[in-house]
Amino acid sequence: MDGSRHLGLGHNSGSAAAAPAYDVERVRADFPILHRPVHGKRLAYLDSAGSAQKPRAVIDAEVRAYETAYSNVHRGASYLSGVATQAYEDARATVARFVNAREAREVVFTKNATEAINLVAFAWGRKALRPGDEILISEMEHHSNIVPWQLVAEQTGAVVKAVPIDGAGNFLLDEYERLLTPRTKMVAVTHVSNVLGTVVPIADVARLAHKVGAKVLIDGCQGIVHEPVDVQALDVDFYVCSAHKLYGPSAIGALWGRGALLDAMPPFQGGGGMIETVTIERTTFAPVPARFEAGTPAIAQAPAFAAALDYIGSTGFAAIEAHERALLDYGTALLQDIPGVMIHGQAREKTAVIAFTVGEVHAHDVATIVDKHGVAVRSGHHCTQPLHAKLGVAATCRASLGMYSTRADLDQLAAALRNVQEIFR
Amino acid sequence: MSGGDLRDLYQEVILDHGKRPRNFRAIANATRQARGHNPLCGDQLTVYLALDDSGRVADVSFQGRGCAISMASASMMTELLKGKTEAEARHIFAVFHAKMTGQPPPDGPADQDAVDQLEVLSGVREFPMRVKCATLAWHAFTAALDGGDATARTE
Repeated sequence: MDGSRHLGLGHNSGSAAAAPAYDVERVRADFPILHRPVHGKRLAYLDSAGSAQKPRAVIDAEVRAYETAYSNVHRGASYLSGVATQAYEDARATVARFVNAREAREVVFTKNATEAINLVAFAWGRKALRPGDEILISEMEHHSNIVPWQLVAEQTGAVVKAVPIDGAGNFLLDEYERLLTPRTKMVAVTHVSNVLGTVVPIADVARLAHKVGAKVLIDGCQGIVHEPVDVQALDVDFYVCSAHKLYGPSAIGALWGRGALLDAMPPFQGGGGMIETVTIERTTFAPVPARFEAGTPAIAQAPAFAAALDYIGSTGFAAIEAHERALLDYGTALLQDIPGVMIHGQAREKTAVIAFTVGEVHAHDVATIVDKHGVAVRSGHHCTQPLHAKLGVAATCRASLGMYSTRADLDQLAAALRNVQEIFR
Repeated sequence: MSGGDLRDLYQEVILDHGKRPRNFRAIANATRQARGHNPLCGDQLTVYLALDDSGRVADVSFQGRGCAISMASASMMTELLKGKTEAEARHIFAVFHAKMTGQPPPDGPADQDAVDQLEVLSGVREFPMRVKCATLAWHAFTAALDGGDATARTE
């Protein structure tokens, strides 16, 4: 394994040689769902980029919240409200530590990453953007990092532009630099492409954006899953993620934002929990982060989110990264070896995702057939229609890896793909 | 959804229609046309329709791209509906749709020849995620009759 191919810039870097021994079978034992057969076959779950499976520790944490520490948070004087609030705020502190935030209050809990991006687009964008201002995204964004910006651009007169990628899926840093002007007010790009696996050099993106005074939001859904994230070292302004892709529960995500920026932002949604005082005429708002958490939040999910981060921490990112990188190489070689299979996305910096097509066979037919072999892949446009238009394909299949993925999963996929070719011979 | 054999889904007839779809062309002087779109998978097709003076389907065709199931179903549909009246065509779809979704068949005598020919698609029933692929062209056909477009949803 080539250590120079290391993708992150985080604290736990290291080549496979230096990484501690990784016992994937021990990890798999922690994930109950991996042991249920599908269609009578061993389950090869290769859709972790869609949503990751949950270890027992996460499931238990959510159950424990309901069984022992459940009441509404930040409300009332009851004992249970106190312990629930404590667990919720402890979870916030855990997320803050996980991304190396300066303060826990810089972490806002949201429904998911999509809501976090919408929060910034509307709370920051409606106040900061003027007609003619530019928002830079990339051609490989998920719809959730395109549509909110289009909506706020429409309301403010700002313009959305996209940084191109090359045929291999590399983010073109020089093209990006050319697109940056004093009119650029926001650069919103993905950390890792959910289709191509391309790792975007986000520290460089931030450095260049700040030169022209633009703010930087990183869609970290697929990035933070595979490598350590240090928001201070990266020097970005906003970083968003979803717990469910981090082996955590669904229905909770997080926005990290620079404290001073969050402080200056008006509310996103109105309701309970985000106020200071309310009269019929007007309302004053609570400080950050409560200002951005209107209504009852994901009370039982927050501690389970924290449990997921603790689980990743106890396993160790260096080991997870090395494991996934070795599997990516193995899977890429395996699929490339099957005549007619084409892999989309061969960026120099790439992680844990293999998008592919099988000859002229439609992605949905491929996915249905491999599913019958117990192999779960995603098929379709993966919420990236502009990227698929660029690739010139209507749909692709995607095999994505997680900390519990094995060579056996990929072997099972390869065998199933040969059956696809038999059927469509 | 543990039932369902791949060979029942991907029968030779379906694979053949999928690979070599019949009536895969535009109709220059189409009386009606409508697009069918499945936003979940990106499948898109356009159904063209020429009705004669008596309201019969003089010609029907389609163009587009999609999975083998949607292409085959569209292809078979064009073969089946040629020469049918609007009411007959709608009734064939109602029978087909009921079969795909496990609903009781609609009232009225079924066109036995059409039902027999569509039997080859009955394997789709065992793959609930794929039923909307099989019905996309038919929804577009109905939309063409009604004067609109069709967006597929989970059936």
